Amino acid sequence: MNTISKADMKTLFFVAIIALLAPFILNPFPTDSGLAQFNAGYPDLMQRFAIYGILAIGFNILFGLTGYLSFGHAAFLGVGSYSAVWMFKLLSMNIIPALILSVIVAGLFSLLIGFISLRRSGIYFSILTLAFAQMSFALAYSVLTPLTNGETGLQITLNDPRILAAENVSGNLPVTTLFGLEMRDTWAMQVGAWDFQFNIGYYICAIFLLLAFYLSIRIFRSPFGMMLRAVKTNQNRLNYTGINTRPYTLAAFVISGMYAGLAGGLMASMDPLAGAERMQWTASGEIVLMTILGGTGTLLGPVMGAGFIKYFENIFSKINDTVLHGWFSWMPDGLENIIVWVLHLFTGKGWHLTLGIMFMLIVIFLPGGLMEGMSRIGNWWKRRKGDDDAESKSTTTAAE
Amino acid sequence: MGILEVQNVNKSFGGLKALHNVNLDIEEGKIHAIIGPNGAGKSTLLNCFVGKLTPDTGTVMFDGHSLLGIKPYEINQLGVSRVFQTPEIFSELSVWENTLIPCFAKRDGSFTLNALSRVSDNKDMAEKAEKMLVDVDLINKKDMLASSMSRGDKRRLEMAMCLSQNPKLLLLDEPTAGMARADTESTIELLKSIQKKLKITMAIIEHDMGVVFSLAQKISVLAQGTVIVEDIPENIKGHPKVKEAYLGEAQVEGNMRDD
Repeated sequence: MNTISKADMKTLFFVAIIALLAPFILNPFPTDSGLAQFNAGYPDLMQRFAIYGILAIGFNILFGLTGYLSFGHAAFLGVGSYSAVWMFKLLSMNIIPALILSVIVAGLFSLLIGFISLRRSGIYFSILTLAFAQMSFALAYSVLTPLTNGETGLQITLNDPRILAAENVSGNLPVTTLFGLEMRDTWAMQVGAWDFQFNIGYYICAIFLLLAFYLSIRIFRSPFGMMLRAVKTNQNRLNYTGINTRPYTLAAFVISGMYAGLAGGLMASMDPLAGAERMQWTASGEIVLMTILGGTGTLLGPVMGAGFIKYFENIFSKINDTVLHGWFSWMPDGLENIIVWVLHLFTGKGWHLTLGIMFMLIVIFLPGGLMEGMSRIGNWWKRRKGDDDAESKSTTTAAE
Repeated sequence: MGILEVQNVNKSFGGLKALHNVNLDIEEGKIHAIIGPNGAGKSTLLNCFVGKLTPDTGTVMFDGHSLLGIKPYEINQLGVSRVFQTPEIFSELSVWENTLIPCFAKRDGSFTLNALSRVSDNKDMAEKAEKMLVDVDLINKKDMLASSMSRGDKRRLEMAMCLSQNPKLLLLDEPTAGMARADTESTIELLKSIQKKLKITMAIIEHDMGVVFSLAQKISVLAQGTVIVEDIPENIKGHPKVKEAYLGEAQVEGNMRDD
């Protein structure tokens, strides 16, 4: 396949291997050990890694390439979720039509918002997208209740028409499927003290993640992607070079909106409900954090940022006071209470504090995000190796 | 019959009259210099050619098309390229990409959604860009980040970017300002050779009279927003009106207020 270069192929292959082996990699600790709570290899969390990875890859096509910082991408995520759930209610529980509708509706919605917001650039663009996202949130929360079911959220019920589905005789709520494969199906593998879980839903998400990643590589290496990067550095020159920048930025906005729609649709496919809170500005902010944390404008960075944030969100928020007391029970009582009191601020419900500190440290010391950190380690490693070679050479010459 | 015809162009900013009934006729295949003291309206005039400013009255015709009321990118697609006073390049991109972008813009027009083809698969574009970089002697710097180059190199890069589009008219706003002597010489040589080879029409704004007289085939002298003389270089040198305009700048403002 010569549609992508060898180096890019390697990156794609690396992501594919990680995605395939995630149930092992994310589950390094035996199930009964005290460290088991640091395991992330359970279906629900792995699905979220993949879904938020897709979201961040799409966001990076807009923000990383053109530099237009959208603060409203959660709106497209929400719209995608609502569309998917409506497909589950009206058509069938198959996820394919749901995902198709999610992407189309999110695309149209982002075309509208992008068309208006892209009349401005810089901070005004960000504010416009933020305003639109908050408007969508407010609409979903109250005015559009017949469509969104307001604050309860849109759910599937037994009475839904589902015109393409066979009649439900079991009396249970139907589950999402891909032509009969149930998303919740999980095959557990017991190896000694370890318990590895392979979930259909996760692997579906991972396949979409790989497709999304592949498409983003193609876009990055295309003339279109080059023009988008030119938009970021000098729009003025681009105008005097005969390029109309507006359709380029709009196309990037719609593409990244469709990525968000796909992520929203997948979210609903894994768990068929959609709520307005998915569209709130904090959710939009989280997407921005993921991309910056991982490395804006890099291929792999956003996926890593998404995994990083989702991992800490889930792991740190689970460490409550009881767990902390368990860890420090070997200390004298007074000291134990003090330490637990201090750590309490950073764990459990206070995990945002940890996230904030980590984000600050990374932005200050690694402006290029986790990707910069990795390349620094890589360079240091190469230099060290180079020094070793040089040293060994000089010793051999000395010996001669 | 010139390739660029400017008739009765007026432009004022508030109460200040920047251009006053300017008439200009740039002949095809010639290098036409526009000179004049500071504040004479040279840059304003150039901005009217590229869509950055719209004149209050008058017409600007290029190759049979009016340039008024259309966007800068449309003017470029008609065949007008501009080199700026401070180099306008894609400073966060490599020299190579800087040269490729205008080639693609020339081939694909103002917008093409070619998100699935690979930049490196477009061999014809690469050939064009490479040839251009060889011409301006930047080929061994092609992987450098554009922002890390010297000012002279940036100018040469910008010129290469404009020339790679084979423009019908190349506008140069002080192409040698701030350049070292040697760089100025090589720029003059470059422009001369391009003009000889490709017969590109050029309009140059320049302060350095050495550059003007070694390049221009025709000179328009602009003073206080009007063209006071338009002639071949030999006749410009000793022209009394030109002397007056340049001396007026050196003298106290009193003279100018009489206008």
